[in-house]
Amino acid sequence: MATLKEIRKRVSSVQNIQQITKAMKMVSAARLRRAQEAALAARPYAEKLEAVLQNLAAQGGELAHPFLTERAENNTTLIVMTSDRGLCGGFNSSLIREAEAFMRQRSEQKVSLILVGRRAYDHFKRRDVTIAEEHINLYGRLSADLAHDIGRRVGEQFLSGETDSFYVLYAKFRSALVQVPTLDKILPIASTPQTEDQSTLDYLYEPAPQTLLASLLERYIDMLIYRAMLESVASEHGARMTAMDNATNNAVEMIDRLTLDMNRARQAGITRELLEIVATGESLKG
Amino acid sequence: MADILRLRLVTPERLLLDEEVDEVTAPGTVGEFGVFPDHATFLSSLQPGRLSYKQNGQARSLAVNDGFAEVVDNLMTVLCTEAAYANEIDAAQAQEAVREAEAALGNLSPTDTGFEDAQNTLRLAQVRLDVASNG
Repeated sequence: MATLKEIRKRVSSVQNIQQITKAMKMVSAARLRRAQEAALAARPYAEKLEAVLQNLAAQGGELAHPFLTERAENNTTLIVMTSDRGLCGGFNSSLIREAEAFMRQRSEQKVSLILVGRRAYDHFKRRDVTIAEEHINLYGRLSADLAHDIGRRVGEQFLSGETDSFYVLYAKFRSALVQVPTLDKILPIASTPQTEDQSTLDYLYEPAPQTLLASLLERYIDMLIYRAMLESVASEHGARMTAMDNATNNAVEMIDRLTLDMNRARQAGITRELLEIVATGESLKG
Repeated sequence: MADILRLRLVTPERLLLDEEVDEVTAPGTVGEFGVFPDHATFLSSLQPGRLSYKQNGQARSLAVNDGFAEVVDNLMTVLCTEAAYANEIDAAQAQEAVREAEAALGNLSPTDTGFEDAQNTLRLAQVRLDVASNG
């Protein structure tokens, strides 16, 4: 049985841990709220861009673009979005597991990775995989600029034939408790979602529809990447909040148990001392 | 029917503006264009430039990066990657950005791959400076 002093030390160390996890949970909750606001703020842009693209596709008739054309997938690029920091439960490991499964399925193909977040980079740098780019130590400051940057490079690679398809793997935010690793195909763009009855508007185009389509598609790719980034950041904070909440609860439980042990040890000490006193008294009498 | 033009300006980061205006002037890739109420249905791409609008006789300007403008039924939607009012731009920083962009462009020849991007960066930097200093 541990001595009273040892138990006291443990209680105070668990109390310190509890303070830290509680603080981390609150920080994550605040960041999660901000991340959700950012995701909400991005929605009008995304919706409008999709609507414009649909309109253009609906009436352009013979619009074609390499981005819309399927071809044999020999070279594939996968973006994996993880966090830079740990302590967020199974958030990163489940994404990395999905990424490895993706590569196993495509063992015939050449898969190159674009890694966002240090967790994925630390995992894959020691393994036999092709890392095309890594973006680490951003700590959640993922900007539309970065999305544009990645989008442009990938678009160029796709057009030059260096890569035939392009996927993004990220954690989709459902709630603070649930984040779902999700694989989305970005290139080639699966036919844009069509609404059933379209009131065809007679547009004037400037410049020609074909040129417009090209730049719209580029923006669309950027937007898809940006949206995945926002989801990923929100998921990370959600996962961390939940993990830290659990840790705090575990700490409380542990403190309760240790306090009980401590009181028992103290009581045992008192009982022993009493017994000793009584025994000594008895023997003196004898 | 009252003919009021509504201007909605969105960037990936925020919905910047959603208001009724009298007229809008926007930097199209094939030339600047003006939009008044009852404009024809229209879709154009934009290049980095100054977007200005009049509201109750008062003119306001923003520096916008490349994007698109759509006009449907007296609703003009501008989608651009970045937009900022004069008071959101630091003139000194904008000046610095112009210098950097000029230097970057100076190192490239028109046949280089990044030339167009560098040109756009410079154009955006110049517009930001212009909007910051002239309102």
